[in-house]
Amino acid sequence: MVRLLNRSVGRLSRHRRGPLAGLVLLLLGLALSGGLYAVFSPSSSAETAQDQAAMAAKGRQLFLVSCAFCHGQNAEGLTSKDGKLIGPSLVGVGAASVDFQVGTGRMPMVQPGAQVQKKKNVFSQTEIDELAAYVASLAPGPAIPSEKDYSTAGMTDAEKQEAIVRGGQIFLTNCTACHNFTGEGGAMPRGGYAPKLLDTDPKYIYEAMLTGPQSMDTFSNGNITPEEKKDVIAYIESMKKQPGYGGFGLGGLGPVSEGLFAWVGGLGVMVAFAVWIAAHTTRTKKKKGTAQ
Amino acid sequence: MSDSHELEHSIEAHTDELLPDPGLPEHHWRPTDVDPRAERRAERQVATFFGLSVLCTVLFVVFYVTLRTGINGQKIIGLGASNVALGLTLGGAFLFIGIGVIQWARKLMADVELVEERHPASSSAEDRSATLAALQAGLEESGIARRPLIRNTLIGSVGLLIAPAVVMLRDLGPLPGDKLKHTVWTKNMRVVRDVVGTPIRPSDLEIGDLVNAEPEIIFGTSDGQPLPEGQVLEGADLQVAKAKAATVLLRMDPADIVSDVTRNWSIDGIVAYSKICTHVGCPISLNERTTHHLLCPCHQSTFDLADSGKVIFGPAGRHLPQLPIGVDSEGYIVALSDYPEPVGPSFWERDTKSPSEIADEWSKENGQ
Repeated sequence: MVRLLNRSVGRLSRHRRGPLAGLVLLLLGLALSGGLYAVFSPSSSAETAQDQAAMAAKGRQLFLVSCAFCHGQNAEGLTSKDGKLIGPSLVGVGAASVDFQVGTGRMPMVQPGAQVQKKKNVFSQTEIDELAAYVASLAPGPAIPSEKDYSTAGMTDAEKQEAIVRGGQIFLTNCTACHNFTGEGGAMPRGGYAPKLLDTDPKYIYEAMLTGPQSMDTFSNGNITPEEKKDVIAYIESMKKQPGYGGFGLGGLGPVSEGLFAWVGGLGVMVAFAVWIAAHTTRTKKKKGTAQ
Repeated sequence: MSDSHELEHSIEAHTDELLPDPGLPEHHWRPTDVDPRAERRAERQVATFFGLSVLCTVLFVVFYVTLRTGINGQKIIGLGASNVALGLTLGGAFLFIGIGVIQWARKLMADVELVEERHPASSSAEDRSATLAALQAGLEESGIARRPLIRNTLIGSVGLLIAPAVVMLRDLGPLPGDKLKHTVWTKNMRVVRDVVGTPIRPSDLEIGDLVNAEPEIIFGTSDGQPLPEGQVLEGADLQVAKAKAATVLLRMDPADIVSDVTRNWSIDGIVAYSKICTHVGCPISLNERTTHHLLCPCHQSTFDLADSGKVIFGPAGRHLPQLPIGVDSEGYIVALSDYPEPVGPSFWERDTKSPSEIADEWSKENGQ
């Protein structure tokens, strides 16, 4: 076997200086590199594109069942005859918006109202990804952030502290007007409210900043950079771990809830105590010196 | 005469019969007054309350020394353990003394009923006439009515004593001058993001983006270059400048803009408004993306950013001042001038003009 190989190599080797050797070698090299390129690069991108298309196709099926009633069969949005919005167009809202709205259970919406309520999510993450792929296929929009975009896991303690300080300043400037400086959320006009951030998953906070759900302003990457978004999330995460040094937060609403507690609870107890003090003490019919 | 006397007498007799003086009801004693065992029990109760107070005070000192405070302190039900323990023990120490004293007074201290008669609020007639006589005598002896020269010079001298007060109060500080009418914004000053101080290109913002912004001078730079030493704002000056110049930038769909003034002073749907409420000066950035309504969290004044900052709800008396913006040669957003009208709450000398009047004046001044 080895001898046979040696013999054929030897036979080839005799032609290595022949007039056609260079050309043959060139063709061989071209064929090989082209083949390798064909094997690795285009086929893989074709596969993901196919993947995306397949996901989007599956997402479209889900969309037609769960979303099309309000958003229209092609996600173009629907208005009623008298011009009232039934469901907005989803063209260009991006995958991040779908992941936020469906992942937090806000969509599909149960009933219209001042505020879309957060509720138990009924879709699996795969189904949400398929829906997101379908909506993202309509027009470009913000993508779903990956974990490294919002997680502080890889940071050293010093880096984390710096991120918390920076994030705190950005949070206090941009977020507190609606979400309260404690992150407890607050009231908005016409029966709406800004939700509490302290029990919100970091991924959804990131997506909410990117997409501006409901009446929230958008904080796109041109407005607050991805690094600053990560800082804000680091700050919110640090607030979650803070014990309440000032006692119970009572919703962090300031004078409203604290005043209610002080007037009803605090003064109530004092009034009851005062009534008890001023009440008649027990009296007996017995005369002095007649007991025992 | 005798008739009336008889009548009076008969009425008296009649009322006496109707309302005999009932006297005081029989006094019932408390169990502790008549039963020595109840008395001893009450005594023990009071002493127990005082003892509990002692226990709380001792625990207060113990917790004060042992519990860690600060960021690494112990926690209890999500609260700082030290604060909870100190509050409960010191509160208990005071409370138990109070309860003990009340129990003591209710169960053991003297139990007698008192009758206190009311007396008239005015002084007696003799006292009043004596006082008036003394006053009259004083007036006559001083002769103030007979000597108008003395009276008038006295009134004059006392009246003039207001002058030192005016002079001293006036010297408390310089008058504000036109400071209330201006901020640090100037023509071609870049609009930068608050906190980070980075300049903004219109293309950075998507429709619906809200930026909390400040003038570039707050961050000690001009067109991205550090300012020379003397021009950097510091300390109180910096805080005052920052508080007055705070601005919100909002990008909306250009088709949503209602007012011509707002449209002229915007770029591609990006509008800039003062962040200081015109009611009492709270910072406002509570914006609803869907309606472009900016709401003040203090008293719910609401301004329509698509319509020259018009007040559409709440106690604010004036529209929100708009900052005219443009783009500089490097493509960053800049102010075209200072705010065309004073920002923040109203003041005495402030005039009232509609946005279109302000815009007309601004166009004349800036030649646009």
